[in-house]
Amino acid sequence: MAMVTHDIVDVLIVGSGASGAAVAWSLADTKMKILCLEQGDWMKPSEYPSTGRDWEARRYSDFAIFPNRRGRDTDYPVNDDASPMKIACFNGVGGGTVMFTAHWPRMHPSDFKVRSLDGVADDWPISYNTLVPFFEENDRMMGISGLEGDPGVPPRHPPMPPLPLGKTGTRYAKAMNKLGWHWWPSDAAIATTDYEGRAKCINLGHCTPGCAQGAKASTDITYWPAAIRAGVALRTRCRVREIPTNEHGMASGAVYYDADGVEHFQPAEVVIMAANGIGTPRLLLNSKSDRFPNGLANSSGLVGKNLMLHPWPMIQGYVDEEVDGDRAPMLSLWSKEFYETDPGRDFVRGYTLQFSRGTGVVNEAIASAGFGKLPWGKDHHRAYRERVFRRLQIGVACDDLPEEHNRIVLDPVLKDSNGIPAAKIEYSMSENTRRMMEHGIARCEEILRAAGAKDIHCSRTALNSPGHLLGTTRMGTDPRRSVVNEWGRSHDVKNLFIVDGGVFVTGGGVNPTSTIQAVALYIADQMKQRLANLFD
Amino acid sequence: MTDNILTQSEMEDFRSIAGAMIPGSVEFRVPGADDPAIFADIVRSIGRDFSDVRASLAAIAAIAGGTLAGMDEARREAAAETFRARHPGLATTLGRVVLQCYYRDDRVVRSLGLEPRPPFPKGHTLEQGDWSLLDPVRTRPKMWREAP
Repeated sequence: MAMVTHDIVDVLIVGSGASGAAVAWSLADTKMKILCLEQGDWMKPSEYPSTGRDWEARRYSDFAIFPNRRGRDTDYPVNDDASPMKIACFNGVGGGTVMFTAHWPRMHPSDFKVRSLDGVADDWPISYNTLVPFFEENDRMMGISGLEGDPGVPPRHPPMPPLPLGKTGTRYAKAMNKLGWHWWPSDAAIATTDYEGRAKCINLGHCTPGCAQGAKASTDITYWPAAIRAGVALRTRCRVREIPTNEHGMASGAVYYDADGVEHFQPAEVVIMAANGIGTPRLLLNSKSDRFPNGLANSSGLVGKNLMLHPWPMIQGYVDEEVDGDRAPMLSLWSKEFYETDPGRDFVRGYTLQFSRGTGVVNEAIASAGFGKLPWGKDHHRAYRERVFRRLQIGVACDDLPEEHNRIVLDPVLKDSNGIPAAKIEYSMSENTRRMMEHGIARCEEILRAAGAKDIHCSRTALNSPGHLLGTTRMGTDPRRSVVNEWGRSHDVKNLFIVDGGVFVTGGGVNPTSTIQAVALYIADQMKQRLANLFD
Repeated sequence: MTDNILTQSEMEDFRSIAGAMIPGSVEFRVPGADDPAIFADIVRSIGRDFSDVRASLAAIAAIAGGTLAGMDEARREAAAETFRARHPGLATTLGRVVLQCYYRDDRVVRSLGLEPRPPFPKGHTLEQGDWSLLDPVRTRPKMWREAP
């Protein structure tokens, strides 16, 4: 079958998730002809799990966070056998924001200058202060709830009040005050009041696999309606295979397959990659040519390397009364007590503590059984009733410094349903990270005991896999040590930009979506300022 | 035998093991996981776990030295425990397949004092809590580091 060739566009964006949506919306005011290709579908909130009685079970099937388990025809497989952490992502309009828990911390100023401050890894070529206006703009666009005045983080101005403390948050707060440690209600990408056409949160609980209420800020209901009104086109079910180049070594567009497997070529003057820290390097590595034999934009050899995943142990305990369980957003508090480097510890950098509310009746049973705490047989019912709705759970969001051996490569065997080579993950934790994890786990155990919890448990082998895919196309001023420059343009291909989490030089100890979007807005702003000489 | 449908023998063993896993309880006024309606839901919902369920049932049958159905309770429970110890991965999957259906049955949900309904559209109420707990935190000095 002949390849279908489309009319040329000015800007082609690959991926419609956190970064693709933000950059599309920002560039729309240039009145350029902008098109986004998305391999998934538009989501239907009426079909999200929380609308049905099987809402918890669907987190193990069509709304699993792991693409290999989910296995939708819009997903691509990832070989993560060589990693203790599994890869989480989602393919659909909104990308990972459809399938995130809406935690909304920003990276700290120190996270951008780790070499200067702590003598490890590398500094970013930009600073926190560079991003402040874009953080603020993004908070308004996404609709963020939170409380000003936190001494643990730089000033920010969430447009909505924070999520309530609830019973669980109150328990945590008392425990933290007893210990004299910092805590604050988490910023959340969840509307606590009606906001810009979104209804306020009614505590459906299961925020991660899509919000049927529309209170959670996935980009399909935040940026995309605004971008489309401004003239941006979004084409779904387009699985990009490669970014070809022309005789001048410039990206010429994208080759993709539609839902029927028909091959298309979409020409473009500018190509922006926004396919996440796995999808983007996978596509670049799959775009080899005589001119770019190691993959596109890869003269540094760093495409796919320095993968950061945020190791994330979870520590649980059980109290003697019912708390919130899954009858509210999972998010509750954060603590920055151990975030910044302390020379008195045996590791550099630090972590955020994230306090969660608990889980539902099905997931409590499944998790407790997985920990070996829920017997089979006649004792099952008694043991279960001592646990359901009594769980406290704290996550340790560890800073995960870049290491070149942590990387994605193309799998020699595994392919997606269109025959495109899949990504293979090679990842291991550093000694610094292990020490940080152990420090965090010990602090969580102290907190849980202070909160009156018993039966405290932590799995060190089955780490939470939050799906933070960072560092694989890093930003920098030196073309030998980075893939894109300080404003997101490929060092090698002057009309190719990358705006997703791959450009992160370091990852901090926080959920990255807020920072990913701020960086994408910053890069879009840089492009707009340089339109007259964008390719110089 | 087809690839996606359990045989009659497998169904009988599966129901036996489900009952051994979660027996009915007069004290808690709940049926067991071998209850006809619950077990039918379990079988309908195997989905992606079919191959692991089939492998689990084969492992259990091997441990028991034959079919579980008709075996006395003590031997059945012993086979289940041995399976759990020898095949923790399969036992986790088999347990999840049973638990995800058992704990959405109306009778079981009501026994926990809950209304059998999905979260949407009614949602839940979350109490504000005591925000004065933040007062000592508000007085702390800045904790984050400035960077060049």
